[in-house]
Amino acid sequence: MEKNTRPVIEVRNLDLSYDDYAVMRDLNFSVNKGDIFVVMGPSGCGKSTLLKVLIGLKEPLKGEVLYNGVDFWKQDESAQQEMMRRFGVLYQGGALWSSFTLGENVALPLQLYSKLSSVQIREMVELKLALVGLTGYTDFYPAQISGGMRKRAGLARAIALDPEIIFFDEPSSGLDPLSARMLDDLIIRLRDILGATIVIVTHELASIFAVGDNAVLLDTESKTMIAEGSPKGLLADSKDPRVIQFLTRGEKQGVAR
Amino acid sequence: MPLNKLSFEHPSSNTLRLKLSGEWQIYAGLPAVEEVISELSSHKDITQLTFDLSEIGAWDSALISFLLHLMRECGHRKIQVIREGLPEGINNLLTLALKEHERTIPSKIKPASFLERAADKFLQLKAGILALVNFLGEIACAFGRFFTGKAYFRRQDFFGIVQRCGADALGLVSLISLLVGIILAFIGAMQLQLFGAQIYIADIVGIGMVRVMGAVMTGIIMSGRTGASFAAELGLMQVNEEIDAYKTLGISPVEFLVMPRVLALMIMLPLLTLYADFMGIVGGFFISTSVLGLNPVEYWHHTQSAVRLSNLWVGLVHGFVFGIIIGVSGCLRGIKCGRSAEALGEATTSAVVTSITSIVVATAVITFICQVLGV
Ligand SMILES: Nc1ncnc2c1ncn2[C@@H]1O[C@H](COP(=O)(O)OP(=O)(O)O)[C@@H](O)[C@H]1O
Ligand SMILES: [Mg+2]
Repeated sequence: MEKNTRPVIEVRNLDLSYDDYAVMRDLNFSVNKGDIFVVMGPSGCGKSTLLKVLIGLKEPLKGEVLYNGVDFWKQDESAQQEMMRRFGVLYQGGALWSSFTLGENVALPLQLYSKLSSVQIREMVELKLALVGLTGYTDFYPAQISGGMRKRAGLARAIALDPEIIFFDEPSSGLDPLSARMLDDLIIRLRDILGATIVIVTHELASIFAVGDNAVLLDTESKTMIAEGSPKGLLADSKDPRVIQFLTRGEKQGVAR
Repeated sequence: MPLNKLSFEHPSSNTLRLKLSGEWQIYAGLPAVEEVISELSSHKDITQLTFDLSEIGAWDSALISFLLHLMRECGHRKIQVIREGLPEGINNLLTLALKEHERTIPSKIKPASFLERAADKFLQLKAGILALVNFLGEIACAFGRFFTGKAYFRRQDFFGIVQRCGADALGLVSLISLLVGIILAFIGAMQLQLFGAQIYIADIVGIGMVRVMGAVMTGIIMSGRTGASFAAELGLMQVNEEIDAYKTLGISPVEFLVMPRVLALMIMLPLLTLYADFMGIVGGFFISTSVLGLNPVEYWHHTQSAVRLSNLWVGLVHGFVFGIIIGVSGCLRGIKCGRSAEALGEATTSAVVTSITSIVVATAVITFICQVLGV
């Protein structure tokens, strides 16, 4: 029971920087199990940087990132590797390996880490591709499919090992509204069927309101987070003009101006 | 070990009940579907399959893929699968996956037969030759526009390329041609010593370097250095759709990217050849006078009288032709590069292979022509 109430991810006093260039300061938030958590903010505010820290590709300047109570950046490398294996990441462009077919892309994590036989891996690949709506595209190369399909294939690879947490970097960028919508639906469906926790980095308002259970809003000027809560709740209740401006595309100016 | 995760019960003669227990997870491994199949084939009268998951431990999508595989196999054997014993979560996932499987499937790429592959290779060869001729035509047109002053490319790019494939290559060219001069001198000395005619080493080194060796060595160095880098550069532009972006703007990639590169090599290779000739002669001179004990003044005079202007021209023609070969093959492979990381590697490799092969063939052809013309 204790495990269910404890947040899956806890971020405490996190500072992000590139060498001596500070990107974000003093981030504090937590992500509950089974939530779709959105990191919002304008372009260039440091969302991707935060994501890199969360998935273990970049060390923070200071602060803690706890997964189920374990501080990721205090672990040694092999323990970090072990923890990273429980993450699935969908990179901005899909990041499929171009010289592999879609099937091979999804199969590689399974070949590396699972105990399945090659027949079973083939079955798993078919299942994962089916879950993202790419049945029958197993033998296609990434260059032979469209951008939206590449993202979905990237997602199939991200969920290959049934990750506990799935991270998305700008999932709807570069997609037409309909494909973006389909991807949003897919994200919700995957959360429901896989029971995964999902962290999405985006500035797309439509997605934010469609999928987000909880969110933080990062701000470029003050270099920190300025709001936390469910996107709809923030829109209804926030008094901060910067929050309202972001959530209404600047169409409604803040009340307390 | 995985055997005990799966056990069989026969509640009636036509029913098989699968009892699943323990962990059914990706990291834990799974029993093979074949175990169920062999149980089914040893009891021919079974027509339906039921499940008992009351003792199952943790499971993930590995279980789903096992069940899907099993259901497909049962379908082939006309055995009915009763899904009522399955928990709701599993049933929903199965339904979803089955629905997706029913969707229209894109046409699969069939593995080709031997004959098809042979025909494919032939067609590829034909297409390759056509593409080469086409490309050469485009380059010729681009040069046509260049000489009439109508070609569009950036001057600073051109000088950057000249710098990269000229000045930056000097160190390597010096080293290699110095050594080739030394090698020629030693090999000459071995034979000429027998006749006491060592002084003719000067002729061998001078004529050998100036007529072919300087140009060939420079050509080979530049294939590896510049040809490969052109292919990688243009190949990456192709992968990133930069080439398409030029085309959209109405800029001819051949004029804008290829022509300056070929032009730079056409100018720089003869110059580098001259330099290599000189370094080779210096290498031969150094060894002959210091190690083989020849008189420096005499050596110098011999070199001067042996190397005639016609030799120099032949060497320069080699260099000029090699410049075109390296530039064209590097750029061609780059521009025709496929859109993957692997294709990029292939493009660079084949740029180097094509240019070195063509250089050797071209040398043979030029030598033959010179023989016929008596140069
Ligand atoms: N590799 C890097 N080195 C230095 N600064 C960087 C690097 N990557 C991003 N930045 C800077 O960090 C800030 C945040 O970038 P990023 O996290 O990519 O923003 P977002 O994803 O929100 O658009 C920007 O100001 C950007 O210029
Ligand atoms: Mg970003």
